[in-house]
Amino acid sequence: MLAVVTMPDLVTFIAAALAALVGAVGVVTLRHPVHAALMLVMTLFAIAVLFVEQGAQFLAAVQVIVYAGAIVVLFLFVIMLLGVDKRESIMPKNAVTWQLPIGLLFVIAILIELSILTKGVWATGTHSVTAAVNGVSNIAVLARAVFTTYLLPFEATSVLLVVAVLGAVVLSRIPRASTSEELALEMESDAKEEVELG
Amino acid sequence: MGADPLLLGGVNLGVVILVIVKVLVAFAVLMVTVMLMVWFERKVISDMQNRIGPNRAGPFGLLQSLADGIKLFFKEDLVPDQSDRFVFKLAPYLAIVPAFLTFTIVPIGGYIDVFGYRTELQVADPPMGILLLLAMSSISVYGVMLAGWSSGSKYPLLGSVRASAQMISYEAAMGLSIVAVVLVTGSLSTRDMVISQQGSFFGVVPHWNILRLGVIPFVIFMIAITAELNRPPFDLVEAEQELVGGFNTEYSSIRFALFYLAEFMNTVTMSAVIVTLFFGGPDGPDPNFLHWLWPIIWFVVKTGVFAFIYVWLRAALPRLRYDQLMDLGWKVLIPLSLGWLLVIAGMQISKVAGFGMLVALVLGAGLLYRAFSVGKTTWGAASSLSSPAEKTPSLRRPKFGDASGSGGTRVITRITPEGVARGDTEVSNGRT
Repeated sequence: MLAVVTMPDLVTFIAAALAALVGAVGVVTLRHPVHAALMLVMTLFAIAVLFVEQGAQFLAAVQVIVYAGAIVVLFLFVIMLLGVDKRESIMPKNAVTWQLPIGLLFVIAILIELSILTKGVWATGTHSVTAAVNGVSNIAVLARAVFTTYLLPFEATSVLLVVAVLGAVVLSRIPRASTSEELALEMESDAKEEVELG
Repeated sequence: MGADPLLLGGVNLGVVILVIVKVLVAFAVLMVTVMLMVWFERKVISDMQNRIGPNRAGPFGLLQSLADGIKLFFKEDLVPDQSDRFVFKLAPYLAIVPAFLTFTIVPIGGYIDVFGYRTELQVADPPMGILLLLAMSSISVYGVMLAGWSSGSKYPLLGSVRASAQMISYEAAMGLSIVAVVLVTGSLSTRDMVISQQGSFFGVVPHWNILRLGVIPFVIFMIAITAELNRPPFDLVEAEQELVGGFNTEYSSIRFALFYLAEFMNTVTMSAVIVTLFFGGPDGPDPNFLHWLWPIIWFVVKTGVFAFIYVWLRAALPRLRYDQLMDLGWKVLIPLSLGWLLVIAGMQISKVAGFGMLVALVLGAGLLYRAFSVGKTTWGAASSLSSPAEKTPSLRRPKFGDASGSGGTRVITRITPEGVARGDTEVSNGRT
């Protein structure tokens, strides 16, 4: 079921979608790792705007807090501390040969799939657990769904994250951990905690 | 669920204009407040330090910040040769925009009627409410981090690395103390938080969150956002003795002013957020006239008190060491806020569950303390890492970069997240 598209909706969508696309293209084309990371932030932010547009306000906030606020900061940290913040020749002239046509093939396949998906909901599985997309936020409904119906998957996910954190700590802690790894761990566990908070 | 009555109907031109006016008024008021805050801070600190402080421009030096602002505008706008030019210019805006956006969710009064439209005295009341604060505080890390990195200079980079580690560490404690507020409110909207704090216990004691939650979440929140704002005693980011000026060393002119502005805007905003979360926001006694004005007055008075407390902290407390800062954040604030959250959750169910949780919290804290002390002794024996408590001359607290010879070996110190540590890279004398 399609909600009525109003003028403000349309303007917001076009602006945010453009920002997301520009950011996404920037991530893969910019040579400088820090610039690429910043473009990633722009894409994540634009997608958060699209979430707000859809009434998924909680998801938008979590997107900014966890992805833009913790994970990309972690990327930047590593880039800065490892000193790879220089213009890198990550794309030598003869590196990309046969990959190009295959990539193009995948792009076309994805475009076809997307255009099929926009026609109906059969491919996306079940309907929304909260309600129809109507631009009105429903955080309480989402919370109820997560903590009652989907409690087991939710808890299993958090256990998985804790196991990942513990594994990382154990693997890197046995000798003396090096500076950047420890720092990265702290930030990673912080990001994980925020995910669990959500 | 809180929502601005202005936006509930259809959106027409009048609504759009009203929203724009609200944003502009909020921005102007905040700017003036920031100017006053700069003056207030300098004046109060000089009083506490037995000086006079700014007293030339305008009555009581009130126009000093304006004069400084004009001066900064006309200063030369330097971009260092080694810098990343685009990011260097972008960073100040990444600092100031989140500072303003956070303020938009703070309710500063009740409802008013303007030209037949009824609206809340607050720029925005999104259903995600207080999550915007968390989102913006995580975005403001970028301002500091990129400023330090893009300067292309050592000290700013060190300052920004410190800053981002510090801000990210304290964000968790901050978030957990906000969760406590959300738990008793049952909503994320700041307006709902304020409404749920109205009324009183026994007719006299205000029904504010600071009392409803026990004082602990407030204390944690206060410490966490002081660290988040990089204000003293957590201003290691701009520790002049160690880092020249921190992340903004290379900045000049209006870009420097933007960082300065962002810092003070954040101070004002966070004072307002504390009032909203824990002190009832615009809640207060209401004499029977000028109904719309009293909430605003109460709000301003409460915010002013916290602005004063920030200045007071700056004048009174010495700066923490970096390892103390990290210890406080990770080993005290985060476990405490998690434990207290369980107690509050228990209290929501029943008194028995709540006090059961409290007992569990005390036991857990004892266990954790024991674990830390055991870990410290065994770890200390296993490696040559010297803890700051040890005062023996041979194991004195090392400084970054000092290489002390002891028994034919060279011990090189390095920076770890816990602070400056004596590394275990022991190589024979004369070689590095």
